[in-house]
Order: sequence, then C-alpha cells, then structure tokens
Amino acid sequence: MNILERYHAMEYGPAPESRAEADAWIASRDFSRSLFIDGKWKTSSKAASFLTRNPATEESLANISEASEADIDAAVGAARRALKKWRATSGYDRARLLYAIGRTMQRHARLFAVLETLDNGKPIRESRDIDVPLAIRHFIHHAGWAQSLEREFPGQHGVGVCSQIIPWNFPLLMLAWKVAPALAAGCTIVLKPAEFTPLTAILFAEICEKVGVPRGVINVVHGGPSTGAAIVDHPGVDKIAFTGSTEIGKSIRKATAGTGKKLSLELGGKSAFIVFEDADLDSSVEGLVDGIWFNQGQVCCAGSRLLIQESIAESFISKVKARMAKLRVGNPLDKNTDIGPLVDKSQLQRVDKLVSEGQKQGAVCWSPETSLPDSGSYHLPVLATDVAPSNVLAQEEVFGPVLAVMSFRDQSEAVELANNTRYGLAASVWSENINLALHVAPQLKAGVVWINGTNMFDAACGFGGFRESGFGREGGREGMREYLQPLPDTGKRIKLKRSSLPIPSAAYSASDLIDRTPKLFIGGNQVRPDGGYSFPVVGPKGKLIGEAGLGSRKDIRDAVSAARAASAWRNATGYNRAQILYFLAENLAARSKEFADRLRTLVGSTGAAAKSEVDAAIERIFAAAGMADKYEGVVHQPPVRAVTLAQNEPVGVIGIVAPEEQPLLGLIAMLAPALAMGNSVIAIPSARHALIATDLYQVFETSDLPPGAINLVTGLASDLAPVLAQHDDVDGLWVVADEGICRLVEGEAAGNLKRVWTSNGYAVDWDGSHGSLERFLQRSVEIKNVWVPYGD
Amino acid sequence: MSASTSNPTSAKVHTLPVAGAQATNSLLRNPGTKLDLGWLEEVRNVNRSALEKRAATLVKRRSIKGENQAAWLLRALSLMDLTTLNSNDTDERVRRLCAKAINPLRRDLVEKLKLADMQIRPAAVCVYHPFLSVASNTLEGSGVHIAAVSTAFPHGLAPLSTRLDEIRASVGAGADEIDVVIRRGLVLGAHWQELYEEVSQFREACGDAHLKVILGTGDLASLRNVMIASMVAMMAGADFIKTSTGKESVNATLPVGLVMCRAIRNYEERTGFKIGFKPAGGISTAKAALEWLILIKEELGRRWLEPDLFRFGASSLLNDIERQLEHHVTGHYSASYRHAIV
Repeated sequence: MNILERYHAMEYGPAPESRAEADAWIASRDFSRSLFIDGKWKTSSKAASFLTRNPATEESLANISEASEADIDAAVGAARRALKKWRATSGYDRARLLYAIGRTMQRHARLFAVLETLDNGKPIRESRDIDVPLAIRHFIHHAGWAQSLEREFPGQHGVGVCSQIIPWNFPLLMLAWKVAPALAAGCTIVLKPAEFTPLTAILFAEICEKVGVPRGVINVVHGGPSTGAAIVDHPGVDKIAFTGSTEIGKSIRKATAGTGKKLSLELGGKSAFIVFEDADLDSSVEGLVDGIWFNQGQVCCAGSRLLIQESIAESFISKVKARMAKLRVGNPLDKNTDIGPLVDKSQLQRVDKLVSEGQKQGAVCWSPETSLPDSGSYHLPVLATDVAPSNVLAQEEVFGPVLAVMSFRDQSEAVELANNTRYGLAASVWSENINLALHVAPQLKAGVVWINGTNMFDAACGFGGFRESGFGREGGREGMREYLQPLPDTGKRIKLKRSSLPIPSAAYSASDLIDRTPKLFIGGNQVRPDGGYSFPVVGPKGKLIGEAGLGSRKDIRDAVSAARAASAWRNATGYNRAQILYFLAENLAARSKEFADRLRTLVGSTGAAAKSEVDAAIERIFAAAGMADKYEGVVHQPPVRAVTLAQNEPVGVIGIVAPEEQPLLGLIAMLAPALAMGNSVIAIPSARHALIATDLYQVFETSDLPPGAINLVTGLASDLAPVLAQHDDVDGLWVVADEGICRLVEGEAAGNLKRVWTSNGYAVDWDGSHGSLERFLQRSVEIKNVWVPYGD
Repeated sequence: MSASTSNPTSAKVHTLPVAGAQATNSLLRNPGTKLDLGWLEEVRNVNRSALEKRAATLVKRRSIKGENQAAWLLRALSLMDLTTLNSNDTDERVRRLCAKAINPLRRDLVEKLKLADMQIRPAAVCVYHPFLSVASNTLEGSGVHIAAVSTAFPHGLAPLSTRLDEIRASVGAGADEIDVVIRRGLVLGAHWQELYEEVSQFREACGDAHLKVILGTGDLASLRNVMIASMVAMMAGADFIKTSTGKESVNATLPVGLVMCRAIRNYEERTGFKIGFKPAGGISTAKAALEWLILIKEELGRRWLEPDLFRFGASSLLNDIERQLEHHVTGHYSASYRHAIV
C-alpha cells in the first residue's frame, strides 16, 4: 500500500515491539545453569531440563535446568544458613537493597516487559504498562516496611525460610508480591517460578546478584508440580506462600497440616462484575474489558461472571458485543494487540473443553468475527448468555477469555448471585449511586471490591480472598504480617496430652442441692444432646461432680446452622456488641465467686488461682468489649485518585476448641474477641471441665446475646473438632489441643479452606504472643479492601 | 422551530465539505428532535474516573508506525479547521492563514510522499466575522471551506437577537460553517429548555450553513454537564458538537472528547443521525492529533474520520505535522523554521 491508500484505509497496521534486546539476553545466557542457589548459578544435579516456549509462535526460548530434590535441599540449606545474618541486618540496609532492586528493575523495565511477553504471551501493553511498573512499585513500597519494621511491628520478626511458589499468569508481578515483603521482613527465600514462565525470575535473580543481595537470601529453583511439592514438603521451610489453583492450594494445606509451617494461599476465583441500572454503562463495558479480557482472562480475580440488572440487560449486552468486535487478537508483541495467546496449548484445550461443556448445559456462546493467527494458542473472546447458576461456566474458574452473563432483578438478588460461589476473591460494583455501591460492597464475600473500576492493584493495599480463594493477604501492612511472627515467648512450652473422658472413681455424692442437667447451648436454647448420651465430669480426685451432655456431629450441625443464622449479631454495630459484652462481663463478675468455687472443685485450683482465672476471664471480656468499636480498618491512599477502604469484617462462623488448662480463661480468651468482632461461634469447651462452660449458659442468657451468637457443644474434642474442621459452612477454626487433633483439623480444614489456627499441640499463654487479645482480634477478622475512585 | 422537527423523513441530504477529491457517503442532515428530558435523565450517569482511565489507556492500546503514521498525519491535516481567533487579527494575518491552507505542505514533501494530484488541505479556515470577505476571496476555488465563529464568541452573552443577526450576517458574508457558542450559564443552571430553544434558533439562522455548537466544556464543571449539553445541542439540530473556544482555561481533553463521542454514539443509536465532533484548543502536536484520531476510530468508527464528521480546531498543529512528515520522508528531525508559518 502506498501512503494514499493508507490515507483512505486508516488502518493501524502493525506496531511490533522489538525483541532484539530480549533475544540478545537469552542468547547470552547459559540456561544449563539456571538454578540460582547460594548466590551461584548451578546446573541441575539430576541433569534434567525443560523447555520454555513462546506461546505466540511455539518456538522454544530456552532450555531450563530442572531442580532435583538435592537441588531443593541445597537451596533450602542456603536459605537457612543465610537467615540469621539477614534477619540481623539493619532495616535500613534491607531497605536500601529493596530500593536498589526496584530502581534496577526500572532501568531494565523494557527488557523485563518484552521477556514477559515472549514467555507468557501477554500483550506488550500489559506487561509494559501494568505488570512491570506494579512489580517495581512493590519493591520501592516495601523498602519502607523494611526500614520501619521494628517500629511498625514491635515484638515480631521474620518468619524464617520462605518457600514461594508463583504462577505463570503474572510471573514477575507475583514474584514481586512475594519476594518484596519477605525481604523486608528479614526472611530468606526459595522461589519457584512456574515452569511455563521462568525467564523473568532468572533476570530478576541476576539483578539481585548485581545489587548485592547476600548469597543464600534469594534462591531460585525451577520445575513443575513435583518440584513444587518437594519444596512444600521440605522440613527446613518455615513458611509457604503459594499463588495458583485452588486444587493445589488445598493439597498444600493438607500436606502442611501439623508441620507448623505458616501458610498463605492466593487461589482461584469466579468474581462477579455487577452492573446496576444507574451505572455509567459505556464505562462499565470498558471496565468489563479490563475485567475479563485482561491477560486473556488468565487472571485469578477476572470478572468472569457479569451480573446485569434486568432493566438494562439487553442494551448492555449489545454494547458488550459491539466492544468485543473491536478487540484485536494477535501477536502479543504488537502494541495494537488486546488479546494474545493463552500461555500454553494445554490451557487452550482446557478452555475449549469448558466452553463446549457450558454449551451442552445450555449456554449460548458468542464470539466476534475476528481472525486468529494461524499458529499459537489463541482463543477468541467469548460471551456466554443463557447461563444458569448451575452451568459449569458460572461455577468453574475457566481461566480464559470467557464471560458468563446472568441478570438480576434487584440489589438483594445481585448480592445473592454474586455470593453464590465457593470462591471469594474479588468483585466489581458499577453504580453512580454511592449509597447503593457502598451498601452492596460489604455484603459481598470477596477480599477485594472495586467500585466503578476493576483490577486495580497497589502495593499499599492488601489483596487476597475469602472462602476457597485462599487466605492471607499480599500488599500493605496485612501482607507484611504474613511474613512475620512473634518473637518466641520466654516461658517453657507445655505440650498438651490427648484428653479423654474420665472414669469416675467415686460415686456422685448427693448434696442438698437439686440435681442439675447441664445441656448443650444452641441457638440461644439449652438443648439435650441429639444422641441422648451424657458423660461424667469429675473432680481432680476422680469424684463424680456431674454429667454433661455428650455432643455429636448432629449437634455440631445444629450449632453451625444456628451460628450461621445469627445475622443480628453480625450486623449489630460495634457499640452495640461492646455493650452486650460489657454486660456479659458484668453478669459474670456478679457470679465470680461461684465460678471460682466451680474451678476449685473441677480443676483443683487453689482459691487464689481460681479467683485469678475468673478475674482474668472477666477482664478479657471487658477488654474485648472495649475493642468491639475500635479494632477498625484503615483508609489507604493508593497512587491514583481513589481511596481504598481496608475494612475489618468478621470471619463469619468460627469454631473454637478450648483446652483443659485454664478451662474458663482459655475458652473466654478465644470466645470474647471472636464475638467482639461480630463472629458467631461454636465452642467446644474442655470435656473434662465441661461444667465450667455449662455454668455460663445462664450468664449468656441474661446478657442479651442474640440467639446463635454463641453455641456450646460439650463432648470430646477428638470427636467434635474434626466435624467442625470438615464442615463447609464454618469459616474459621481455632484449636488448642494435642498435636494429633491439631494436625487432623489442619488437614481436614482444606475442604473449604477455612481459616484455621491451632496451638500445634502446645498450651497457650493467654497473655503471650499467641494468646493475647491482639492476636485473636487479628484472627477474628478478614480484611476487605474496597476501592472507591472518586471525582466528578 | 423548523429545525427541531422530529420527523427524520424531513431531513434532506446535506453535502458537507470534503477536502480534496475524496468522495464520502453523503450524510443525512440531523433534523434534531424534540427536547426529551427523559432521555437526558438516562445519560446522566457519567463516571469521571472510569472515563479518565479509558482515555489514558486507549491511547496506549493503539500505536501507528511508519507509512501508516504518515498517512494518519495527512488525514489529521485534512480534518483541520485552520484557525485564527485573536483580538489582534488583521486581514493580512488571515490572508497568510488562507495561503497556508491552500499550500499546507512544502512542495518537496508533497513529492516525496507521492501524493501526486491528491490535494490534501485543511477542511476549512476558521476566523472572526470581519475576515470572511478576505478569506473567501483568498480561498476561492480551493475547496477549503470558511467557518466563522459567531453568537458573541467566545462568551455568548450578547442579546439573542444580536447573536442570531451575527449568524445571518456571517452566512451572508460567505461562511458556510458557523461555530456558535452556548451560554454556559444555561448548562450550569440546568435551563435545558432555554438552551434547546437558543440552539434551535441558531440552526434556523444558519440555513444551509453547517452548525457547530461549541459547549465551552472547560466552563461546564462536570463531565455529566458535558454529556447533557451535548445531547441538548444534538436534539436542537447541531451538525457538529465542539469542545471549546480555545479561550477557556481548560481546552479539549481526551476524557471530555470521550464523553462527547459517547453522546454522539448514543444519539445515532436512538435517531440514526450521525453528528460530527470537533475538539478544539490546545491540540498542537502531531502525537496529540494521533491520539484524538485513535479515540474517534475506537469509539465512533472509521466513518467519523472524514471532514464531514470530524474536525480539529487548530493552528500550530499544522506546523508540527509538517515536521513529522519531513521526518518520515528524510529520516531526520526537522525544525519548525524550515516550514512556512501559518
């Protein structure tokens, strides 16, 4: 075409980004030594390797060394050896290194972007304008956390050796999300990039080498799922941070049960993109493009479920189709490309399969008539209508450019549909009515909510999910916490023994009191155990003191239903909850002598010890009451015109398994903060001392607690804790018990990825680093980040 | 008000100026509609943050290189209303402007670009009323149209009768395009009926001349006002809607352009009539011109990249386009003094 023809055609034409520098870098490197261990580039000890390919052309880019178990052992060993010195490095020194990493990345930003596009297939616009700048931002942001660590997180230090397993969809960005906070906290790292996309991690390691990160502090190993599993299983690792599929996340949860490894999981999603009739519809369409067709839809927080208000559904869908027709699918190195190839043929097949399954189940799939390149794993953008909530396209994470559309009639149906999923990562809410938007956001079960926007990220704002989207946050203060742990308590750790039901050695001696039947406390009522059995409660010398109801799985089921129904408590204001908890403390204090006496007869405590335990319990309730209206979120100011409201929301329904030791204080120390933050609770008190808990019913009943906020089921923890752990409607579980139970519940909790905390078989010092009010307040909430852009 | 009839069959074919020899599909002239307040209510939802994000990313999503870029710059040239609107304008200054419009590119560039006989010239020159006669004398036979700013430009605050007379006088003096300004206070006070009636009368006064309605977006306070004012202007029979006079403190910005494009799209969806768009003020670089063209192509489509549906209001832009075209043909960067001034 000559210029005049072009003048009439007015086409964009190709605008390819040069790959020369990236090719030169690849050509100059010896990839047979691509394991970065202990500051050296090493070859695989089993001489294994794998190819990484360009998904746009299917050309192989490099042959990467695959780590053997021995290599992983060496990497973990190097990280372990480097830990002590690195932890002791001054915050300022670590901050300067983080800063140097960020700035050096900035100086090589385009090389990172082109390499990322070559290896992953994402459009160069995205790697250049989004992935790489955000990654740099993370390092520079975290320099400040490194320097201020002691001041901002007193009494804490880095958790130790961290295994970080990152996905292929945002290779460099996810590396930054993991490496930056770990370095800031003083942790050492064994990083495994995804096998589809190892290149930018190698370039990153080169930069670490260049700026002088001490050897062993960062180690990079390569390989597939078996390499990942070997890292997860390695006993020398203190913390695992994983981003990837929910399926693998669950297997990591199982594999680490009972090991004491700290865990953060950022998993799948099926995020809702909700458009109300009073939204800016044209802008919502653009938001949708950024929501579902960003990175070919290979985004954990992709807005893959479009929920439209019925009144605008038809016109909105036609707008979406018109917009889809303008999407350009093709060479990702072309600056005019909107949609590149999927990362691998296997992903293409997976997406195709899900789409055809969805069609079989009734979905109508539409794609624009856009031509695709002849080779490469490209997939057209898909709009699926007539999608029933049961359709696979509404249920499963497709991880591709596929949008499922449903409509809703009103706000409550929108929320119901949005929350009708196992996942809970993100959501977008579009409405020009701020009253509506800010009313809907807290009702959504999602860790991130974008109002009139989508896929907004910042290093200062936490990111992470509810439900099966995983737990833990990345970014901000809450992200730092994932890499910190309290300095060890000075006291001796007491290992807990498996408790069993006592066999009374002496008969029940009739007193002058009337016989009492302690029942279970479910939904605000004292109820008999479903099984109709009781168990003996004895004093320290074996004398029968009473008989408590033997709770079973059905009682747990009922208690969970009652807890789930306790919306009055969840929705009460903090001030209201504070008053009720103060009243609870008041009522317990009025009967403190009676409870102290009970402790003496049950546990055999001295009078002074019993009194001080009761007093401590009352004080803890009082303290928790005082925090009910204070343990609040924060407002972030990300570097765009928006505020991000980091709200503390109750975890939901929390199961509590209390220990024998200090049976009253132990129960209260977990119960009170959970209640203060608006959770409803199913507690299993110590069976041996069950009567101290059943005595509480009357205190609860006189304290105006709404039904279902507290439920107590007496019985054996070894029977009941696994039922709680397996229950899919329980959101959190805290267990102080012997090692066996702790391991068991951690493994079983993988089913719905509930937030589980155990004492790992040890007793808890209720004033110490793990048992303090502050720690339990933290565990009582999920942080939801609500992004609110503004401006008119 | 004849201009505001809602019956589209009464619209007649209105051949709008096309620079050079290129033939385009003729447009049906917008007859306007009745003032529909319910429709205005529907378009109120304009989200500034989302629009700004779209505008900022849109121009990063598209890139035009090499020969295509040269072609797009020539296109920008052909879409230009070469403008002088200064208090110290003189006949001589306007004559110079018109001469530049007739020969916008250096001879050697025309040859190296192989434009042959293709006359690529600005679509129009845009001047104050007193310079219409010198403009029409100078431009006769060139195919370059003559636009006059009118209705007490730039503020629009003269009596309505004066403003209508001004339009009629300019049409009589040879202007075939009239760039009117609205009273911004009517928008700020939400006096939509009055705004509608004034613009309808402007349209009537224009007769066959082409009506461009300047909203003065920099004075309108919100993008929502820009959206609603755009709709009212189109309902009242505007052929074009235009951002700015160039005299407001904020000129044409991409987010404002995006809102106006979406208003135009909405109007076409509802009535079938295509309305033109003219950003003006502050567009002085070739790069900025390309960004606007990308915005138009993405939001409105290829059809709008013709002088009957799109114009730049600009003056120094032409010089930068020349420099970029010279760079294209020679491979080295040019200096502005090497091209004839406007």
